[in-house]
Amino acid sequence: MRNLIFNPEMECMPRKALEALQLERLKALVDYCDKNVEFYHKRFKENNITADKFKSISDISYIPFTTKEDLRDTYPFGMFSVPNKEIVRIHASSGTTGNPTVVGYTREDLAHWSEQVARLCYAVGATEETIVQICFGYGMFTGALGLHYGLEKIGATIVPVSSGNTDKQLKFMRDFGTDTIVATPSYCLFLAEAARERQDEFPMESYRVKLGLLGSEGCTPEMREQIENSWGNGFFSTDNYGMSELNGPGLSGECIHREGLHINEDHFLCEIIDSASGAVLDRGATGEMVVTALTKRGIPMLRYRTKDITNINYDTCKCGRTSARMHKIIGRSDDMLKIRGVNVFPSQVESALIGINEIGPHYQIVVRRQNYADNLEVRVELIDGTLLEKYGELEKLQARIHDRIKSILGIDIKVTLVEPKTIERFTGKAQRVVDMRNS
Amino acid sequence: MFIKQLSVFVENKSGRLAEITAIIAKANIDIRALSIADTTDFGILRLVVDKPAEAEKTLKDAGLTVSLTNVIAVGIPDKPGGFANAMQVLADKEISVEYMYAFVSRDTDRAYLIMRVKDNDAAASILGGSGLELLSEDDVYKM
Repeated sequence: MRNLIFNPEMECMPRKALEALQLERLKALVDYCDKNVEFYHKRFKENNITADKFKSISDISYIPFTTKEDLRDTYPFGMFSVPNKEIVRIHASSGTTGNPTVVGYTREDLAHWSEQVARLCYAVGATEETIVQICFGYGMFTGALGLHYGLEKIGATIVPVSSGNTDKQLKFMRDFGTDTIVATPSYCLFLAEAARERQDEFPMESYRVKLGLLGSEGCTPEMREQIENSWGNGFFSTDNYGMSELNGPGLSGECIHREGLHINEDHFLCEIIDSASGAVLDRGATGEMVVTALTKRGIPMLRYRTKDITNINYDTCKCGRTSARMHKIIGRSDDMLKIRGVNVFPSQVESALIGINEIGPHYQIVVRRQNYADNLEVRVELIDGTLLEKYGELEKLQARIHDRIKSILGIDIKVTLVEPKTIERFTGKAQRVVDMRNS
Repeated sequence: MFIKQLSVFVENKSGRLAEITAIIAKANIDIRALSIADTTDFGILRLVVDKPAEAEKTLKDAGLTVSLTNVIAVGIPDKPGGFANAMQVLADKEISVEYMYAFVSRDTDRAYLIMRVKDNDAAASILGGSGLELLSEDDVYKM
């Protein structure tokens, strides 16, 4: 595959020059926020922060964090820096509880956002020859329009089909010769399986799709393999990452080597912090990512807490880009448990349980404090009756699960086998953790 | 030559045995013999019943983890040395028992052993060959 770089000047800039550019943009941003956003002006005053005090990018740690709650508290336009006549677009997050978070874009913001997305798409083979079907739902959500404008900047032919209506999706793919899909990983897989089900009528050879630009939800390596195998014919997919508070998709994305997501660092300054203490962690450490959107003006974002857990690799990539790469999201800080000083994510336990066929897919994590020490219990449902012949088999299974989880978490845990269907089921976001330490 | 035994995975929670046995009672299934062994967290309930296939389905439908396997039922004289004699037969041929439980009959001077060994076929032929009474499915279910 080609190894194209959309903006070599920015994407391959020597690190020293890049950090100098970040510092320059950071100072301009601090000055801009001080003058144009009351929320930041007040905070700067309280903390005695002025733009001229920034001598290196690490000085950013003097600025207090901005959170999703700050956005909700100032709903809808409290953190906008410009009057509405300069805002050309508004997006909003779903907001399952309370007010949604509303973001506004100036014309310049949209230009930057398009550039950010264009880089990620171009990096994995999108060109003006590309025919791309955008299967994200259009609307207040940033996914569809973000990819739309980025791909349009490259000159691709866009089919804004939105989500749903499987038969029409597949018909357009065949008839238009669509070669690229923008979708969530699960929808991309769903479409591939739907295409396979209709093979008698429309063989898989009638599709030309070869690239998936997947985002808006996590994609495990297992799922990626499944998607690529389902489409077959050399289908290749990459992940991208972003959130509406930071424009939308376009913060980072994988290149063809898929060894981390390249961050558009000339636009985003990323830090990794300890989510409990707020302390900035050393380079390479795993923690919560905090992002400052250096070029965003409609609703500036300083040290925004993403609540996403990852780590950042600053080495130059095989593709030649000098931009830092973030690891796929490892977990959410809201879900993180601290057990005897070790950070534990339910997703880690989940990945350890994959492939153990004697137990069901549901699990529960129970945390207790006994004799001043935290104990972690993982409860799983036994479904394989053939193990009941011997106690030894059940104990072996327990030991196997224990060892797999321990090798990932690095701490001892207790594995409890429970009867099928006794662990609570969730239709929405699953509550896997029962923390009894403070009860 | 063999009889069917149900093994049911049971969590160590008070009332759980009552709930599980109520499920088979409701299906009008009669228990011939049972045994339960436990660890701190869970136990395995082993049952010999009059309608094993039905019992298995009923318990599975109730969401329980169940297995139905062949075990050996042996009749021995209900008198001192009866059991020791049977064990000696197995010991002589180096057949090791995984688990076993016993019950006495209502109206004869017989006692019965339900046992699970590594090699059912070998054990059955040794026990049969030594003059001990091997029970059939019908013998047990109709007791």
